[in-house]
Amino acid sequence: MNAIKAQINHMEVEVQEGTTILDAAKKVGFTIPTLCHHADLKPQGSCGICVVEVEGFPAMKRACMTEMVNGWKIHTNSARVRAVRKTLLELILSNHEMDCPICIKNNACELQRLAATLGMTTLKYPQNFQKKKIDNTSVAIVRNPNKCILCGRCVQVCTEIQTVNALALSMRGFNTVITDAFDAGLGNSVCVNCGQCIVYCPVGALYEKSCVDKVWEVINDPGKHVVVQEAPAVRATLGEEFGMEPGSLVSGKMHATLRRMRFDAVFDTNFAADLTILEEGTEIVDRVKNGGKLPVITSCSPGWIKFMETFYPHLSEYVSTAKSPQQMFGALSKTYYSEIKGIPPEKIVSVSVMPCTAKKFECNRPEMNSSRYQDVDYVLTTREIARMMKEAGIDLKEMPDEPADDPMGEYSGAATIFGVTGGVMEAALRSAYFLITGKELEDLDILPVRGMEGVKEAEIDVNGLKLKVAVAHGLGNARKILDKVSTQLKNEGKSEYHIIEIMACPGGCVGGGGQPWGSNMARRARRGETLLKEDKSLPYRRSHENPSIKAIYEKYLEQPNSKKAHHLLHTHYYKRSKVDGKVILDT
Amino acid sequence: MSAKNHCNCARVDEEDLYPKLEEMIAQHKGKPTELIMALHKAQNLFGYLPKKAQELISERLNVPISTVCGVISFYSFFSTVPKGRHTVKVCLGTACYVRGGQQTLKKVEKELNTKVGSTTEDRRYSVDIVRCIGACGLAPAVLVDKDVYGRVKSTKLMDILGKYE
Amino acid sequence: MNIVRNHVLISIDAGTLMSGARAVEDALVKEIVKQGLDKEVSVLETGSIGITGRGVILVVYPEGIYYADVTPDDVPELVEEHLLKGRPLTRLILTETPKRTIITKEKTGLLKEQPRIVLKNCGFIDPENIDEYIAAGGYEGIAKVLQTMTSEDVVAEIKSSGLLGRGGAGFPTGMKWDFAIKTPGDEKFVICNADEGEPGTFKDRLILEGDPHKLIEGMLIAGYAIHGTRGFVYIRGEYSLSIERIEKAILDARAYGLLGKNILESNFSFDIVVMKGAGAYVCGEETALIESLEGKRGHPRNKPPFPINAGLWGKPTLVNNVETLANISEIIRNGAEWYKGYGTEKCSGTKVFTILGHVATPGLVETEMGTTLKDIIFEYGGGIKNGKTFKGALVGGAAGAFLGPDMLNVKMDFVNLKEYSAALGSGAILVMNEDTDMVDMLKSVLHFFKHESCGHCVPCRLGTARLVELIDDIAASKAKKEDIDQLLEITRVMKDSSFCPLGQSVTLPVSSALKYFKNEFMSRVTS
Repeated sequence: MNAIKAQINHMEVEVQEGTTILDAAKKVGFTIPTLCHHADLKPQGSCGICVVEVEGFPAMKRACMTEMVNGWKIHTNSARVRAVRKTLLELILSNHEMDCPICIKNNACELQRLAATLGMTTLKYPQNFQKKKIDNTSVAIVRNPNKCILCGRCVQVCTEIQTVNALALSMRGFNTVITDAFDAGLGNSVCVNCGQCIVYCPVGALYEKSCVDKVWEVINDPGKHVVVQEAPAVRATLGEEFGMEPGSLVSGKMHATLRRMRFDAVFDTNFAADLTILEEGTEIVDRVKNGGKLPVITSCSPGWIKFMETFYPHLSEYVSTAKSPQQMFGALSKTYYSEIKGIPPEKIVSVSVMPCTAKKFECNRPEMNSSRYQDVDYVLTTREIARMMKEAGIDLKEMPDEPADDPMGEYSGAATIFGVTGGVMEAALRSAYFLITGKELEDLDILPVRGMEGVKEAEIDVNGLKLKVAVAHGLGNARKILDKVSTQLKNEGKSEYHIIEIMACPGGCVGGGGQPWGSNMARRARRGETLLKEDKSLPYRRSHENPSIKAIYEKYLEQPNSKKAHHLLHTHYYKRSKVDGKVILDT
Repeated sequence: MSAKNHCNCARVDEEDLYPKLEEMIAQHKGKPTELIMALHKAQNLFGYLPKKAQELISERLNVPISTVCGVISFYSFFSTVPKGRHTVKVCLGTACYVRGGQQTLKKVEKELNTKVGSTTEDRRYSVDIVRCIGACGLAPAVLVDKDVYGRVKSTKLMDILGKYE
Repeated sequence: MNIVRNHVLISIDAGTLMSGARAVEDALVKEIVKQGLDKEVSVLETGSIGITGRGVILVVYPEGIYYADVTPDDVPELVEEHLLKGRPLTRLILTETPKRTIITKEKTGLLKEQPRIVLKNCGFIDPENIDEYIAAGGYEGIAKVLQTMTSEDVVAEIKSSGLLGRGGAGFPTGMKWDFAIKTPGDEKFVICNADEGEPGTFKDRLILEGDPHKLIEGMLIAGYAIHGTRGFVYIRGEYSLSIERIEKAILDARAYGLLGKNILESNFSFDIVVMKGAGAYVCGEETALIESLEGKRGHPRNKPPFPINAGLWGKPTLVNNVETLANISEIIRNGAEWYKGYGTEKCSGTKVFTILGHVATPGLVETEMGTTLKDIIFEYGGGIKNGKTFKGALVGGAAGAFLGPDMLNVKMDFVNLKEYSAALGSGAILVMNEDTDMVDMLKSVLHFFKHESCGHCVPCRLGTARLVELIDDIAASKAKKEDIDQLLEITRVMKDSSFCPLGQSVTLPVSSALKYFKNEFMSRVTS
């Protein structure tokens, strides 16, 4: 790598070959404003906000995508540059629905922030857009094209990172829109509801379909008994919504806040995660020992499940039949809990707090009614519960640490790491080892499956039995491993892998589509480390050690994979159309 | 197939064309970069790009359906609405524009009681605009199917269109 | 053997076909048989002879008489009078016959007529007959190259000829080839950009229809020069006759061993496929064209990397315009020195212009680089129609510049026009007479840009929309003086910050229209 010497705003700068003007300027203390740029994505240069002058060139250059060249003299703050940026921003605003105070992105909007940065106080151009229809077809995601600034990030993440290709650019020129196939609405598309488009949207054009109002309604209804569960990854991110450092762990504060919001019982999805390990772990051990179908592929991530049903239906019989923790919890809240508390299931409202938008789709799947009622009634994202907490006037950061309620609140360290990529694998191996050998795994930190590498592989020695495992997060990475497995199965009749963990979102649930605004790969990694830290701090670190889990099998479920457990805790999959995502036939 | 009772013949014909389409696009199978070629063939065959043909091309070429839609809508040559038996295209290239192409277009729209991009109710004519067709010497030019009419004054217009049944 | 007394050439191009050329041809053949002249008179099809708007055109040799607007009804009279009795049929004779030569002005100021280069064969040979092309010296260039020249020699020759790319930007072709030859790669592509979309331009179409083998030969030489393996002709979907002809030419060339493996028994292998565009002006931009060739939406790519380093499917790719490639075989056969004898010092060779609008004889002309606008309009275009006066011209297509009467003496070449903040562009010259409403003209141009913007970047997508709002208001006399300033400011911002040349070039028509015709704009606004 050669060093590049140049000037930025008359300051000498020396950078490595390949450095963009944007990064070089930062090095000498100049922040060039950007809008469409995102650290995780390949620069597209659509907005033009980051233009700079380079002496000797008639047109300006985009700082985000132009690499430094020896001897260049660059001006990032000339009068002309400032004027161009303001005109561009004004053009964007003239075509953007500016109802900022009532916008979902108010105070978190990158466009709003840019207007403040550039000191916009007046507008010359009239508003110029035809109001377009808001896409409400999906149970998970709302798309408001009137807010869209066509930066293209959502399309990039949907096509390049997630390889779902639900969203695409359509039409041309001034008529360009981002939409799904045939403009049929995301609910009638191959969208897997992962919500990464929401995560990357700089404005309020994409957001979850909210059920905040409905949850307030049931909380206020004395005839309803409202139970709440919170996913592992929520405790590593909720603090961000209250001004805490990314990566702050708030398990206890979260339970305390929910209790003060008057939920009737505050449980924890982590309990169900431990249960998942026993159900799925038993299935794995059974398949490994008795020559069943291998690999076993995890099933906790509903975005992944719909993806599999759409693009890899031939692998559906390899996917564990165990439901996700959310749905196990839901089914038990209206059966087990209902029975021991003597509350009729029709009075119970099961609410979950999830880092995820796909969970909204999952709870609405027609087969998710093992309790004879909809097992989970409402799914709130991390962002939605934060809004409710703020509305209730409770500052999470000031809350004491409180445990969740019994009998579905206790959890092990294995459960809490479900929220980070590799965590389910690690948790499963800890228990599988015990189930296969009858002995406890001594070193509980299975390092090769940790970290932000897209596809991770490891071979674990279980008393002489070598288990080949793979972990993928982000659906583009999932494709890599699934294509490999598909080829192996086709050509050799078997795959080299025993267990594969797949999470739809990059980083796992800590990077989910329902998480606080501002996710990027660095932040996802920090949130993940928080969960790994909580794991270390907990009295039990293996799911099968959790006393509440032992209790539920003794009192209610008999044993893992029992008939009752199967009825309540397991599911089946469908094949879906690659055109509209609808179910084609039962597999 | 009792559903064919109230058939509209155009549709039945269209159904019959799919085996032909399969044959025509066989050489592009699994080749996403040949999408535009395949779309040209389909549009040649059907006169437009029916939804089902788009889906078939998406499947055979292994191009996501949203991408197929995105590409079709980008290029003005492609159409997703059925065309009339005859296409009337008014040239609005610069040379035709100076020589009154706009007025010709208004006249066409008025006489046929339809708008640019639409088809008359009897499916006799579709009206469209076209950018420069290189018949600038004949400006203002109107293209009816493959025939070019030059210096189309509004008086002549209906005589010309009347020739196309 | 028959002694053929007369050859009747019938021009078959998109324009004449639409005017009923086939019917005239049928009638002609029948009538000749009927009159018993079929042993003495032959009817030949040829490509366009560069006259538009005059219906079906016939040329009768050896007299070299042009007939225009011929209908089947005229045929019996024409055959009887001219071919039987030898009396040209005056009522159909085209009086303003187009120049079949290029006019060069010698130092003495005298006009001198010389043969055409690019359009040499157009209108003379049957474009569907490879033998006629060969008989006219075709494929001698590639033979010479394969037998006597290294790739480096070819690049050096093109470099030395001073040929500038004819697509619009005027980048030196030899330099582009030099980059291409120096870029390592086991697979390299040559793309012929035939997505001619500049309004008022149809020069590429006429080359494709009139002399398709010349293009193939140009691509072959380019392929040999840069170690290319495959060629693509990206052609406008609307150009059905061009597509037909180039496809046939490729088949014929392949059958003659001029395309495919081991061409002319050398080690050089090269083949060409035709890909149809689908109606997007932006695809004339080379990176957008490549995206389109890859089956995608035609959004321009960021540069660098340039196509020459990473183009089609990431491989080194040379993109040249049709007219550029049509010059290649002539340069190779006659040498760079000969080529430099045409044109100006900085801008060698000839240029094909399309003259349109309010001129007496609209059509296609090939002139030496550096010919004045006045000569092109008045010598070739026959002056302003119906005795009106010249008001202005839009030169270079929509992305070109408006020029006023005081610019009539400007020399038309890439370098010189740039000095006047104008551009040669595609070579379209739209002539406007005194009655033309310039505000309305600019309105048409801006609507075109809004329609053709790809939508990728903010300045172009939203800038063109704002420009259209402003010009519509000005045209409707609903605007204020400040709106004109805003018009200029937006185009300046677009020039500075648009992603690709499409948005960057809108400033040209706007600023030039306001430079030469400001009063007309001012009279429409209130202060």
